[in-house]
Amino acid sequence: MAQNNFATIARDGLWNNNPALVQILGLCPLLAVTNTTINGIGLGVATMMTLVVSNGIISLIRNWVTPEIRLPVFVLVIACIVTVIELAMNAYFHELYNLLGIFIALIVTNCNIIARAESFASRNPLLPALFDGLMMGTGFLLVLVALGAMREMIGSGTLFANAHLMFGESARALTIRLGDYHGMLLAILPPGAFIGLGLLIALKNAIDRRRAERKAVPAVAVAAPEPHTA
Amino acid sequence: MLLRHMAVTAVLLGAFAVFGTALVALTENDTRDLIAQNEREALRRKLNEVIPKNEYDNSITTDTVQVVSKPLLGSAKPITVYRARKQGEPVAAVITTVAPDGYTGAITLLVAVRYQDEAIMGVRVIHHRETPGLGDWIDSERSDWIGHFTGHSLSDPNELGWRVTKDGGIFDQFTGATITPRAVVKAVHNSLKYFSAHKDELFQSGVAAKDAAGVDHGTE
Repeated sequence: MAQNNFATIARDGLWNNNPALVQILGLCPLLAVTNTTINGIGLGVATMMTLVVSNGIISLIRNWVTPEIRLPVFVLVIACIVTVIELAMNAYFHELYNLLGIFIALIVTNCNIIARAESFASRNPLLPALFDGLMMGTGFLLVLVALGAMREMIGSGTLFANAHLMFGESARALTIRLGDYHGMLLAILPPGAFIGLGLLIALKNAIDRRRAERKAVPAVAVAAPEPHTA
Repeated sequence: MLLRHMAVTAVLLGAFAVFGTALVALTENDTRDLIAQNEREALRRKLNEVIPKNEYDNSITTDTVQVVSKPLLGSAKPITVYRARKQGEPVAAVITTVAPDGYTGAITLLVAVRYQDEAIMGVRVIHHRETPGLGDWIDSERSDWIGHFTGHSLSDPNELGWRVTKDGGIFDQFTGATITPRAVVKAVHNSLKYFSAHKDELFQSGVAAKDAAGVDHGTE
């Protein structure tokens, strides 16, 4: 049972109930920073860390917090975690921090995090809560990276530009130039973010449909009910 | 009973606030020095791009003076000037000037001017919001356009030459973007004018050099 449970959490976070592609939460930072892959990784990792820690703390305190003060306490916990992460990034990844700027602080307002706190962490024990944070965070991270890579390749004709800001000077070599192509500006600009996300959502839906059709044909229509949490 | 419940709840909320604040304060305390050091390092790295390390021997990041000149330095706010000296003698001043008329707002530049011949040692953009792929060619990471200023001064080229080629000057604009390079050329030219008029005041220790025109406090 327990194992099954964890598998469901993983499937939900990464695919069925993906924060960016299905719940469409946290769009502001998602669309704003994904003009390069490295930006996507940076914000994705920071968001994932926030989710894991906030889910963990909220699960631990869930029995003490009375319903009346539930929301203020959650917001307080999340704001503290984000501030700590922001300070740590400023201290240890200074240039990346400068690049992501305000969007690190804005993780506080990412509805994703309060949504997981409210709908999952405050109702579940520590371990599943941590795992849920990790999986939802990874789901979000993967979309950020996919969108970032897509926009960077189409928009500026590179991949992993500025890698040294995250992984140190030796990572400069990671940057890949796609031949002589210098990019289509649209992909870097805000419309590119919307178009790119739209394409990713469409792709996900197409894959889902194809899977459902394939399943429906041989096994005589025992459609499993979708496990929905949000 | 209700009162008791309210009191317990309030204390609980208060306790969370105290714990949270303590956690943030502790982290801030732990990272403060490192963050300040990072910022100094980042500044030093940028300064060294416009003025080579071996040209000066003073502590350039702390040997500064604040000046105001809206017409020439582009901002009504005080502008920091870093002073490079070697064995006490003035070598160059690095002016953090502002080009107020970029395509999407102000562009902040570092302009290093040599004391001796009033020529440009280097120019770098430190902050801009120009359109990616068009205006951001002023960024040294994107192209070496900004390097073309090095060596030029008020007399080379003359007043008419300090423009983009489209306007009859000697500095190239980029395809599809004229406003951005025009703003940068003008700002660099103006900082040269400012330096030429104030170079000795700038190097007087600790005394803030004030432009007469600096009184003209416009709104930004």
